[in-house]
Amino acid sequence: MSAIVAERLVRQFKAVRAVDGIDLEVADGEIYGFLGPNGAGKSTTVHMLTTLLPPTEGRAVVGGFDVLADGPKVRETIGAALQEAALDPFLTGRDHVRLQASLHGLSRDERKTRGDELLERVGLTQAADRKVRTYSGGMKRRLDLALALLHRPSILFLDEPTTGLDPQSRNALWVEVARLAKEDGVTVFLTTQYLEEADVLADRVGIIDRGRIVAEGTPSALKAEIGRPTVQITPREAGDRQRILDALDRFGLPVEGKPGCVAARLDHGYDLVDVVRALDAEGVPIDHLELDAPSLDDVFLAKTGHRLEGQGDEPGLEPEPAERVGA
Amino acid sequence: MTTLRQIAVLGRRAFMRSIRQPGQLAFALVFPLFFLFVIASGLDRASALPGFPADSYVDFMFAIPFVHGALFTALNSAIELGRDIDTGFLNRLALTPARGVAIMLGNLAGGVALVLIQFAIYFVGGTLLGADFHAGLLGIPVLFALAAMGALAIGAVSMMVALRTGSPEAVQGIFPLFFVALFLSSMNMPRNLIQTDWFRWIATLNPVSYLIEGLRSLVVVGWNLQALATGFAITSACVAVSLYFSAGAFRARLTRT
Amino acid sequence: MTHVAFAIAFRTLKKSFTNLSFLLPSLMFPLIFFVGFAGALSRVDQVPGFDYAPGYETFQFAFVLLQSAAMAGVFTGFGIAQDFERGFARRLMIAAPRRSGIVIGYSLATMVRWLLNTSFVFALGLLMGMDVLGGPADLAALLALGLTVNVIGTLWAAGVALRLRSTQAGPIMQFPIFLLIFLAPVFVPLGLLTGWIRSVASVNPFTAFLEGARSLLAGSTETVAVAFGIAIPLALLFALWSFTGLRAAERG
Repeated sequence: MSAIVAERLVRQFKAVRAVDGIDLEVADGEIYGFLGPNGAGKSTTVHMLTTLLPPTEGRAVVGGFDVLADGPKVRETIGAALQEAALDPFLTGRDHVRLQASLHGLSRDERKTRGDELLERVGLTQAADRKVRTYSGGMKRRLDLALALLHRPSILFLDEPTTGLDPQSRNALWVEVARLAKEDGVTVFLTTQYLEEADVLADRVGIIDRGRIVAEGTPSALKAEIGRPTVQITPREAGDRQRILDALDRFGLPVEGKPGCVAARLDHGYDLVDVVRALDAEGVPIDHLELDAPSLDDVFLAKTGHRLEGQGDEPGLEPEPAERVGA
Repeated sequence: MTTLRQIAVLGRRAFMRSIRQPGQLAFALVFPLFFLFVIASGLDRASALPGFPADSYVDFMFAIPFVHGALFTALNSAIELGRDIDTGFLNRLALTPARGVAIMLGNLAGGVALVLIQFAIYFVGGTLLGADFHAGLLGIPVLFALAAMGALAIGAVSMMVALRTGSPEAVQGIFPLFFVALFLSSMNMPRNLIQTDWFRWIATLNPVSYLIEGLRSLVVVGWNLQALATGFAITSACVAVSLYFSAGAFRARLTRT
Repeated sequence: MTHVAFAIAFRTLKKSFTNLSFLLPSLMFPLIFFVGFAGALSRVDQVPGFDYAPGYETFQFAFVLLQSAAMAGVFTGFGIAQDFERGFARRLMIAAPRRSGIVIGYSLATMVRWLLNTSFVFALGLLMGMDVLGGPADLAALLALGLTVNVIGTLWAAGVALRLRSTQAGPIMQFPIFLLIFLAPVFVPLGLLTGWIRSVASVNPFTAFLEGARSLLAGSTETVAVAFGIAIPLALLFALWSFTGLRAAERG
């Protein structure tokens, strides 16, 4: 059975169609990466799948329950760490655990055991009795994750969980998410605007732009669909550019490379070793050589005509959070 | 988990959050008592005016800290609710099995619990200043109950603003309105002794006057059933109306399915 | 220094007049106090021994005038503290060749804002039937007294804000001023106060300011010399307080 199914999901906000007919299916135990720039509709989709927003059209079934008809049952099945860490600065980590566990109906003993276990797992045992306003960004995110897991959900929604975190905290979160899926069998629906995150973590990726899914598949399949790797060579002497271009001619088409580089996309059957041998045979001195595999950004570019990276500041379709929730 | 239990859990959180902000708490405790001390002392001679209903101005003003305290604490609770919406904490609660009515009333309940403790402190403070509480021991729970209704009414109105705007600053912004309502009432002078006609007319229309007069009657007279009944009736009506509109604002805000 | 002062004053005033959330409270509270006290308590002028000729509205107007003067300074202090918290003050400190101009600029802006608020309260007082027996010279002296109290409030709050550089300093700025304002003959003349409040009010400098203002409104200069005699040295003292606060802010 699929953990999450969405059919022609739409969310309209006054004049803005933030989600414009999304179909997706996430298998049990899968990590599904939902990748897109700011304002693409990721968070709105998550809000609908987690029952925080009713869809305007379409249907979604999460954990076997319809999000519209069986909202409370959906919420029992899922855990969510949303875009805002959403913690009370005057409560301690342990206070948060106690509050959330109480509301989920855990018994007093269970609250203590499960709470201690999760705090330990996310590395917050020592800080558990400190007020959250003294926590770093990474600590808040870890607490948020712990709270999302308190009631042992089978499906976990993570909305841009590593935004604003330092590389160390990010890696630690990735390790935990991967462990959750692999060892605990939790289905993870992860939204991100970081290519690397989707690439590393996700079993499958859905790329969303302007409210629609433009591509879906495993990261490697998506990249392979787009093309072959590109070799980029920095000549030692600027005058050698043409010689390098001539040497690369039989390996593939020239493409635009980084400033000062000569670049070519390698055809099937050729790889870096061939290029190095050819350059060596020509006796062309070079300063630097690198091989760039297609990235998910290239996939995004191919599907949408614009790049995913560097779109952080562009206005998107999704209204600000205050406009999203309620009138 | 029953709804009442959920309200208690969420109320506990609201209560703890408030008492962990000592600056806010200190202000809510100190200002009303300071105002009582200053005004009662400053206007003591006014108790000699013909027709003045109390033996001393302290007796006359004894109930006012209860209204001030109710105002500050209820407003602070609503500001925190605005903050919960602003930071996304309301979404966190929405994802739990907590019922909507529990989320709405839990915040209010925490405020009321805090304000009851404050009332005890005001009572002691006023008594130490020499006030004579004519209603006796039995009157204390009635005093607290009526003042708590006032806190609920203010809390519900402020909560409506918080839910509609999702902004703690917007809630803070309505403080002057309550302040005006307090001053344009029989807070400082009995209505029959207010000389300025338009002021007396506004004070007569102002529901805050009836809350104050109901509370005051317990101190000055003892058991004036009419004043008490009027105070409870008008305050209850305010609570009912503001909770009704708050519920509507809450439904619009909490769009979970 | 002058251009620094004017630049700061301009920015502060623009921020005040283009933001309702800044403008309204500073205007509303004096109006509410005036209407609330003068409107509700006008019968207090019938208390035996109350013999203020212009009447209770004028009696209260003097209080509201000086209370708003002092509190306007406190609001400015909040603004300075906020500027430090948001990093804007650092920008000012870097840009201003003569930093004392910063404090002067804030003070100038506060005076202008207070003058505007006072004119509203004065107009409302006249509408409520307030009687002013003082002539133009008395009113000019009243304005000068109000501006001096305004400067005292601003320099006090600025000194606190410059030292603590955080909005947490708000209560420290506000509470002493609040105490001084209310532990004075707010509702009845000093002679009609009894008990401990009379003792406190007798030594409270705000009492001297109040009595001076009330004299001027009544067309007398009886207690004015005392009022200015206390206000001016206090203004100088708090000028020292705020400028040493500026040095503390510079040191970081």
